[in-house]
Amino acid sequence: MIDTPYILQAKNLTKIYGENVIFKDISLDVHKGETIVIIGPSGTGKSTLLRCLNLLTPVNSGQIFLEGEEITAHGVDHDQVRQKIGMVFQNFLLFNHLTALGNVMIGLTKVKKMPPEKAKQKALHELERVGLADRAHHYPAQLSGGQQQRVAIARALAMDPLVMLFDEPTSALDPELIGEVLGVMEQLAHEHMTMLVVTHEMGFAREVADRIIFMEKGSIVEQGSPEDLFERPQHARTREFLGKISELYGKKEKK
Amino acid sequence: MVNQFFSYIFQGTSVTVAVTLVALPLGLILGLLLALLYNYGGFWVSRLAAAYSLIMRGVPPIALLFILYFLLSGRLINLTPFWAGSISLGIISSAYQMEILRGALQAVGEGQMTAARAIGMSRLQAIRYIIIPQAIRLAIPPWSNEASIVLKDSSLVYAIGVPEILRRAQQLSATTQQPFLAFGAAALIYFVLVFLVNRGLDLLAEKTKLPTSMA
Repeated sequence: MIDTPYILQAKNLTKIYGENVIFKDISLDVHKGETIVIIGPSGTGKSTLLRCLNLLTPVNSGQIFLEGEEITAHGVDHDQVRQKIGMVFQNFLLFNHLTALGNVMIGLTKVKKMPPEKAKQKALHELERVGLADRAHHYPAQLSGGQQQRVAIARALAMDPLVMLFDEPTSALDPELIGEVLGVMEQLAHEHMTMLVVTHEMGFAREVADRIIFMEKGSIVEQGSPEDLFERPQHARTREFLGKISELYGKKEKK
Repeated sequence: MVNQFFSYIFQGTSVTVAVTLVALPLGLILGLLLALLYNYGGFWVSRLAAAYSLIMRGVPPIALLFILYFLLSGRLINLTPFWAGSISLGIISSAYQMEILRGALQAVGEGQMTAARAIGMSRLQAIRYIIIPQAIRLAIPPWSNEASIVLKDSSLVYAIGVPEILRRAQQLSATTQQPFLAFGAAALIYFVLVFLVNRGLDLLAEKTKLPTSMA
């Protein structure tokens, strides 16, 4: 391990699909224990950026460093890297044929080769962390969306990741279920888990984020503390976007 | 008289069951392999698997059986009619089973693979622990159909002289001049076998079914 203040570092990442530039020349430093929220309009490359950071999608150019070691270098075992980067998806993606407990256990037994008894203990502990110990033997189809997403968080946490990536974790949830998922994420932030969260939940961004990044059209337009971005946005686009978003959410709350 | 009739034909049942028990699992193993190659093998391998399926399914089973039989019991390889016939039927069935499993694997969805890779599984681990267990469940109903087809198509090996149910019925029909009785008895035995296989697989599907709603 190379001595570095950053858990995750991206340098000049560019992703192109055919003719489409998804994002261009993105650089990003993530400190240990930091909660970063990435906001921006749809189709700005936020989700793709997260997928590139844990090597689910290859970048066209640029470098990514995890604890100072380049993971985009040749010969790096991608499966090893992904064990250390947790990911939570918009549509949960729990393994449908396994119970909540099985979902959390399988990475431990098959990837980390932990003995089943030990894996079960750890999995139960992780389910407890997200408040679902009593749902351990339920299958995904027997759980609400919010519960499924919390199991998905437990599944990622069980691998003891260095950093957690959240890709719009509450976008597929009914409004009344969003709170329980955000609650778990807030708790993780308080426990100093390093997190990178793509979300449209401005309340969460404001309350929990250490830093907010505003992305548009494949570039980082502006970044800063929640106060800076919400109270003193430097760019007209940031102001406009935040205005629209809060207008939208204001309307929702009135309903 | 009817008793003797039945018992003579019935002796062919063990052969029919044996042919099916060789052909069906062989077709399953080959079919699963081909389906995996089709779905995950990359452009050229996938094309090859598709071509195999297209050709095998485009030729009447009896014609393929003769071709494979003469390959498998020729000078180079010399298998008995039973083994040559059973293996040939297995190869023919593999193309159909491939199609069933390929559909089932695709129905599991790309997201399951993504989620498995995200916790550090290799592609092979994801296929083995996440994709296949779900695909098999989806495949049981169509596979049950293919199982009964293989069971019934096992009667084709009669053409290469394997003494299974139909062969015996034909012999009996010729010697007794009672074709209706002979083939009727054969048909009844096939029906009972197919019925049992389908019921058995229905039970398996029921047992392995995942809970679907909030309980």
